[in-house]
Amino acid sequence: MTTNLPQLSLLGTTALLFEAPGETTLTTQRRIWALALEAGRLPGVREAVPGMNNLMVTFAEPPRHRGQLEHTLIELWHAVEPLPAAGRCLDLPVVYGGDGGPHMADVVAHTGLSVDDIVTIHSAPTYTVYALGSHPGYCYLGGMDRRIATPRRKVPVLRIPRGAVSIGGSQTGVSASDGPSGWNTIGSTEVAFFDVERTPPALLQPGDCIRFKPNRVLR
Amino acid sequence: MIEVLSAGALATVQDLGRTGALNLGVGTSGAMDPLALAAGNILLRNEENAAALEIPLFPFRVRFTRPTVFAVTGADCAPQLDEAPVLPWWAHRADAGQVLALAVPSAATWRACRAYLCIAGGIDVPLVLGSRSTQLRGAFGGLEGRPLRDGDGLPIVATSDRAKTGFGITPPGLALPLEVDGLPAVRVLPAAEYDSFTPSSHEALWSEPWKITSQSDRYGYRLAGPELRPQRPMELRSHGIVPGVIQVPHGGQPIIQMRDAQPSGGYPKIGTVIDADLWRLGQAPIGSRIRFVLCSWDEALDALAATRRWLSNVRRLVELYCDQGAVR
Repeated sequence: MTTNLPQLSLLGTTALLFEAPGETTLTTQRRIWALALEAGRLPGVREAVPGMNNLMVTFAEPPRHRGQLEHTLIELWHAVEPLPAAGRCLDLPVVYGGDGGPHMADVVAHTGLSVDDIVTIHSAPTYTVYALGSHPGYCYLGGMDRRIATPRRKVPVLRIPRGAVSIGGSQTGVSASDGPSGWNTIGSTEVAFFDVERTPPALLQPGDCIRFKPNRVLR
Repeated sequence: MIEVLSAGALATVQDLGRTGALNLGVGTSGAMDPLALAAGNILLRNEENAAALEIPLFPFRVRFTRPTVFAVTGADCAPQLDEAPVLPWWAHRADAGQVLALAVPSAATWRACRAYLCIAGGIDVPLVLGSRSTQLRGAFGGLEGRPLRDGDGLPIVATSDRAKTGFGITPPGLALPLEVDGLPAVRVLPAAEYDSFTPSSHEALWSEPWKITSQSDRYGYRLAGPELRPQRPMELRSHGIVPGVIQVPHGGQPIIQMRDAQPSGGYPKIGTVIDADLWRLGQAPIGSRIRFVLCSWDEALDALAATRRWLSNVRRLVELYCDQGAVR
């Protein structure tokens, strides 16, 4: 993403993907939240779903001529004011490495850092919830230190457990339920991010934050 | 009530899917072949979105505890009612105590691998976040958020006997065929990273057959074929995705996201199978091969209109038949 213009692309006839230009920042994400509020109200739009510095807009009905909607999204992007990121903060105790962190060695190999360094760097920031996605209640977090960025796995793993703390590219997160993942799992924690009987069902929402507290480090 | 005598594996309650919960991280779920589910419901004069059973593995057997009008759509799995053959894509009445058995689908009639057992009234499970579809990852919706097991009892929505029996419809596998060089084909719109793949990857995508590997299910189809290569490695920021998106992980073998797919992801996307053709993919068995056909936005919308036209034609014929009481 070297251009300064937002990029628009198609997800079949189901949705448009709007991608903000530039490095991933919280300020950009706050504009994405504002854009989502506006876009969700546009005629012909079913849902406006924030991702990491991007927004998926699903069609209630795919328009024969998309130009008007695309133009409106770009106009709105330039007009919106960033929404505040004022939420609650959740502390999560993490066991790093060992059986609960089977890909720690891959992160060590890719970054050239020690396990201790990776734990220190990973648990230092306060991570803001940028968006929910992936699976029920899962939070995409912003603010990971790029020194521990590690590419997604060449072949996704068919099942990683709920509570898995993992790194994918320059992002980190915690699995909310068992399932497949292409990310590198470096530790584990215990938290119920989603309960369909609860209102709202998701524990956290965009603007909330997470802090990782090293409980043990297994080498 | 219907009792599951032999559940096979991975049979689930599905409707046309769950919309409106993407911002909770909840994907759409819903029938892998939405056309078979909708048409089966129309045949029984249900709402198109009524819940039915999706059956991917056989044999599968149920017992009806009360007189029940039903139809088996999707794959032709030689349905038998108390060991007497009955037609698929046909409205039948079962008496209390009768057993319906479905066998491994035959490819001789039309190519399909999933059957839908549609019931007049629909399967009566609670609406969860606006849908009766099973959300396997979240373990909610459908019957207790899980695949069916032997011994399960499924309640049926009470009906006013609107459904008629003794007639059927032509399956879309025959009415709306799409093949290229003898293989089922699906139409694809290029996605954001299409231009970032090498010319030989583009060539391979459109010209080579793609095998659906055994690591394929309601979450996604992992394909085997020539390696697809981006011009340079890409790490994308996570973003919303939809069923039909063709992702290419670093290994170069594409994965098509299906109904239980995550609603977001970050692997490069070379294209998206259009909504109108997802039912074809949903009926493509493991081990079979498919082809991708490049299409334009207008062609994709025309294809969507064609499937809707087919459904509304089915609805018109069913209503005509039911109003007359008999076909002459």
